[in-house]
Amino acid sequence: MASLFADVEVAPAIEVFALTAKYNEDTFAEKVNLGVGAYRTDDGKPWVLPVVRNAESQMAADLTLNHEYLPVAGLPAYREAAIRLLLGDGHPVVVENKVEGIQTLGGTGALRLAAEFLKQMLKKDVVYVSNPTWGNHRGIFKAAGYSQIKEYRYWDAANRSLDLKGMLEDLKNSPDNSVVILHTCAHNPTGTDPTEDQWKQIIDVCQERKMFLLMDCAYQGFASGDLDKDAFAVRYIASRGIEFFVAQSFSKNFGLYNERTGNLSIITNSPDVKLRVRTQCELIVRKMWSNPSNHGARVVATVLNNPALYDEW
Amino acid sequence: MGPPDAILGVTEAFKKDTNPKKMNLGVGAYRDDQGKPFILPTVRKAEKIIFESGLDHEYATIIGTPDFCKASALLAFGDNSSAVQNNLNATVQGISGTGSLRIGGSFFAKWYTKSKDFYIPSPSWGNHTPIFKHSGLNVKSYRYYDPGTCGFDFKGAVEDISKIPEGGVVVLHACAHNPTGVDPKPEQWKEICQVMKDKKLFPFFDMAYQGFASGDINKDAFAVRHFLEQGHQIALCQSYAKNMGLYGERAGAFTIVCGSAEEKERVMSQIKIIIRPMYSNPPIHGARLVSTILNTPDLRSEWLKDVKGMADRIISMRTQLQDNLKKEGSSHNWQHITDQIGMFCFTGLKPDQVERLTKDFSIYLTKDGRISVAGIASSNVAYLAHAIHQVSK
Repeated sequence: MASLFADVEVAPAIEVFALTAKYNEDTFAEKVNLGVGAYRTDDGKPWVLPVVRNAESQMAADLTLNHEYLPVAGLPAYREAAIRLLLGDGHPVVVENKVEGIQTLGGTGALRLAAEFLKQMLKKDVVYVSNPTWGNHRGIFKAAGYSQIKEYRYWDAANRSLDLKGMLEDLKNSPDNSVVILHTCAHNPTGTDPTEDQWKQIIDVCQERKMFLLMDCAYQGFASGDLDKDAFAVRYIASRGIEFFVAQSFSKNFGLYNERTGNLSIITNSPDVKLRVRTQCELIVRKMWSNPSNHGARVVATVLNNPALYDEW
Repeated sequence: MGPPDAILGVTEAFKKDTNPKKMNLGVGAYRDDQGKPFILPTVRKAEKIIFESGLDHEYATIIGTPDFCKASALLAFGDNSSAVQNNLNATVQGISGTGSLRIGGSFFAKWYTKSKDFYIPSPSWGNHTPIFKHSGLNVKSYRYYDPGTCGFDFKGAVEDISKIPEGGVVVLHACAHNPTGVDPKPEQWKEICQVMKDKKLFPFFDMAYQGFASGDINKDAFAVRHFLEQGHQIALCQSYAKNMGLYGERAGAFTIVCGSAEEKERVMSQIKIIIRPMYSNPPIHGARLVSTILNTPDLRSEWLKDVKGMADRIISMRTQLQDNLKKEGSSHNWQHITDQIGMFCFTGLKPDQVERLTKDFSIYLTKDGRISVAGIASSNVAYLAHAIHQVSK
């Protein structure tokens, strides 16, 4: 009997993972894998942060912890810590309670949640990504049903630097109601970030065009080694009173890749609005994964909320 | 403002109540006889093993780890499963039951060309419809629960399923139907299986309670295995939330049984395309616990005892509730309390009675009269019976 799935086409391999697979098969003694973005020590080995082991050890010994469902929006201690880390404790939008955090399955999950919310609630249908950008940006917005995924110039290949002129031009010419994905720091894949002054110009244009800013923040602390410096763009945008989203990931800066620790930070202009946005996000979450995973969030929350562990991190 | 979730909203309201006698019979999470969350002893042991093994936190593959996927398939289909032996099962780790349903929904919306119609039993888990709709499918229903008997409307189910156009997908709760607790008997499953074969309908199983329903993992998987043996291609969503108490760790699996090993590779490649833009790759901690337990013989046998213990306690609470209602002098027929199986009991109470239970007695349950039997303890089963009698006499 012919299978009901006989016509399923083979999908193209996802490049980074296919690359790693090929690397693993290679028998050459001096092979080097410069493909997937996961930190390696000087011996080329994965690195579990000692402070993560420390937190896991504490968690293992804590008999009051259990495996109950987290709330749909995630572990409160984690969400609050993620916001404070991103914006800084004293930032006016934090103090004025205008920011909400939704724990997600990695940075990917945060981006997907943002894409879904913006489409459903704000009727967004066009998104701008940098040329080049992380491959999955397109995949995420395509899966969320956006009809147009456009590019803004970013990488100046000739000069190996930021093509600011091209970028500003493309953003200026964007259709109304576009979403734009900007990389907060450590641009993936080029490693080229705007200077503070260039950020100001970029945000000027985005604000003028009323583009919805979706900041991808996967490397806070990992880029310069300074958490505040790496978060400059986000804090600057917030200071201009702009409402926007930030997709955070703790995969790299905590080395928690496979525990899927992400957060969608929602910066609004009032506590009431942020609450309403959160409840709508919860409805979307419920249809995708119901509630997020416990382990990684607890590790991050344990570390960020303990001064000694935080310093070690 | 988004409306509060029908099920999770109950727990929110419960938390705010200050009545010391309050009972949370809302969300389906197992509680021990002290009303506390229960961490399975085997899970504690597995946690220790994992912690001491010093595993890293590198990305799992998009589909999770092979040993988790294989163990899940064998658990569902049986250790001697020919489907698994012949490498026909496209099995991936999913985000517990919800995530597995969501992957399945998306896959079917994109690649199952015969129909976009998913038929769910009436009633079904509240989140089935939103998940399938979000996946791009049409959601329809077939008769299932008979409010007259508080039992299975076998005749109605077979009638409705028989009328489904060829190629339609029928969502089946493998065991411990949520929310009613009403399951078909084996002979009834056999007939449904035959009807679906005759009408060329696709079985899409949701199995969130294997082991948790009767206490026996093989008994609970009867329907799934029977359909496979009878030559159906099936899809299956599994959850380890309840049977391993791993609710928040989001361990589950999605499987499609394919026509050949080659087709399985193609199907897997397309499932990855669905997962990657949703969350990239799954959270590993829960899956590691599951894999450790299922793949370590001592732990596996101990787990079977743990899960039977949970099932037995629930069955005991059902019996006690029924006995106490008799003692209260209730004239209603409460047979369905012990006829039904699993986490939930469809009491048959009406919305206004439910409201009174909550307002007057601080007993929290969903409007449809569903109670989570796991939320009942020896210390409050009499109180519950008293309250139910008061609102229903």
